[in-house]
Amino acid sequence: MTFPAGTFTPSPGTGRLGRMLLTHARTEAMLTLRNGEQVLLTLLIPLALLVGLTLVPIVSLPDPRVDEVTPRIFALAIMSSAFTGQAIALGFDRRYGVLRRLAATALPRWLLVAGRVVGGLAVVVIQIVLLAVVAAIMGWSPDAVGLLWTVVLILLGALAFGALGVLLGGALKAEVVLAVANIVWFILLLAGGIMVPASSMPGVLGDLVALLPSGALAEGLHGALVSGAPGWQPFLVLVLWGAAASALATRTTKLT
Amino acid sequence: MSSAADRPAVEVRGLTKRYSGTTAVDGLDLSLPRGHVLALLGPNGAGKTTTVETCEGFVRPDAGTVSVLGLDPVTQSEKLRPRIGVMPQGGGAYPGVRAEEMLRLVAACAANPLDPAWLIETLGLSGSARTPYKRLSGGQQQRLSLACALIGRPELVFLDEPTAGMDPQARRLVWELVRALRTDGVTVLLTTHLMEEAEALADHVVIIDHGRVVAEGTPSELTSEHPAEAQLRFRARAGMSTELLAAALPEDCRVVESSPGAYLVSGPVDPQVVSTVTAWCAQQGVLAEELHVGRRSLEDVFLDLTGRELRS
Repeated sequence: MTFPAGTFTPSPGTGRLGRMLLTHARTEAMLTLRNGEQVLLTLLIPLALLVGLTLVPIVSLPDPRVDEVTPRIFALAIMSSAFTGQAIALGFDRRYGVLRRLAATALPRWLLVAGRVVGGLAVVVIQIVLLAVVAAIMGWSPDAVGLLWTVVLILLGALAFGALGVLLGGALKAEVVLAVANIVWFILLLAGGIMVPASSMPGVLGDLVALLPSGALAEGLHGALVSGAPGWQPFLVLVLWGAAASALATRTTKLT
Repeated sequence: MSSAADRPAVEVRGLTKRYSGTTAVDGLDLSLPRGHVLALLGPNGAGKTTTVETCEGFVRPDAGTVSVLGLDPVTQSEKLRPRIGVMPQGGGAYPGVRAEEMLRLVAACAANPLDPAWLIETLGLSGSARTPYKRLSGGQQQRLSLACALIGRPELVFLDEPTAGMDPQARRLVWELVRALRTDGVTVLLTTHLMEEAEALADHVVIIDHGRVVAEGTPSELTSEHPAEAQLRFRARAGMSTELLAAALPEDCRVVESSPGAYLVSGPVDPQVVSTVTAWCAQQGVLAEELHVGRRSLEDVFLDLTGRELRS
């Protein structure tokens, strides 16, 4: 094969910011939605639990059950994609050298992070919309004022869990990340205030669980969507976790 | 303007990099004029990748200075990166990404990219356009990585072992591409451990070993560093005395039996030397077979400089 003269004549330059961000974020989101394990983790398990816990009275809950279950499933979905999913994806992306690949392009460093954040938030929006539609079909009636707080809590929760996911996925070997991210997910689901409310745990244990990102997000969403008053504590707890994890992750995250 | 254009595209002075006790690069100098192709040639572990990654800004030198397109690759990375194309060793892409998807992402980072679909087709990746990156063969991953390095129409490209893991057809294609880049005025710094590749592509070859430059020049300068130097190979009965043959030849001729029955005379091989060798063999009652006189190849230069033992 021969190439006409001028085919590769240099014409360097940085792409448009909006286009870089959009393409990067869309690629990240599409990769998540195309990955079977990620779909199971971020969509199918939360959907199954939402329907199962609403329709099958294995745990006793105040009526309407769907109003009690939905906020907790939102919290689970956010933890699943922003923390476990992000950590595992980052661990393997590093293994495959994609961070270094992108770091060698004209993409500014801050966009390397921003593209991942926006891609992750897009997945969270899809999760929440899908879960909300299914909950609505089962008679979900959220507090109208609380919906505003819910948006803020979802954003803070996704950022805090996302920062924790990057902290884990950016520092360790891919296989170790995979194991740790799944174990933490399972522990937080059962004992971190998602399945069992922090408020129904005995004494000091309940207070401690409410300080976990999972406990704070679940309590906050529950407060917002059931009574319209989430209180200030969940916001503060999520901001602190997010800030601490981000600060630490900027020092520990490795490209490969 | 003219002063910037006259400066070399890559200028490395006294580069040193240590990794926990071992010195990967040890006082290396390098100069690559604009529009030229430089091959960094060396055995595994010679310091090629560390040198290239320093030029790309991924590795911070412990000592020495590195200037790429007049910029410091570490502190002025944001200015430098839009102007260079990088093909890292072993590629780099999301495990689940499709080739064209990855290339479009890298293309979006450039102001005036080449057409991704055209490049995918040119590199023979159309057939696997929907295959996830992790299921592509090593050679296909390499080709995608090369495409990512070229898509942004850079002034300068770094190709770290661009043909590693490729079949001969793909290797020919990469060679064509590098030649086309050179024709169009793109500066290329590539690493290879294939002498043939350096000889075929490069204007300048820098042979490095243990992090130091051991030889440099154009391929023809390197192979004819000693213009009189030539080699005479022949086959005859194994175990003849190389000392006796050397004694019959001019003083600066060296004689070795490189493997049983295969003899190599190197030095100023002229018709008289050839005649002396055949006559000496006749005295021993043997016929010198497969007699061949040749210039040193770049491979000989390389092996002479870096040794013939296998590196682990």
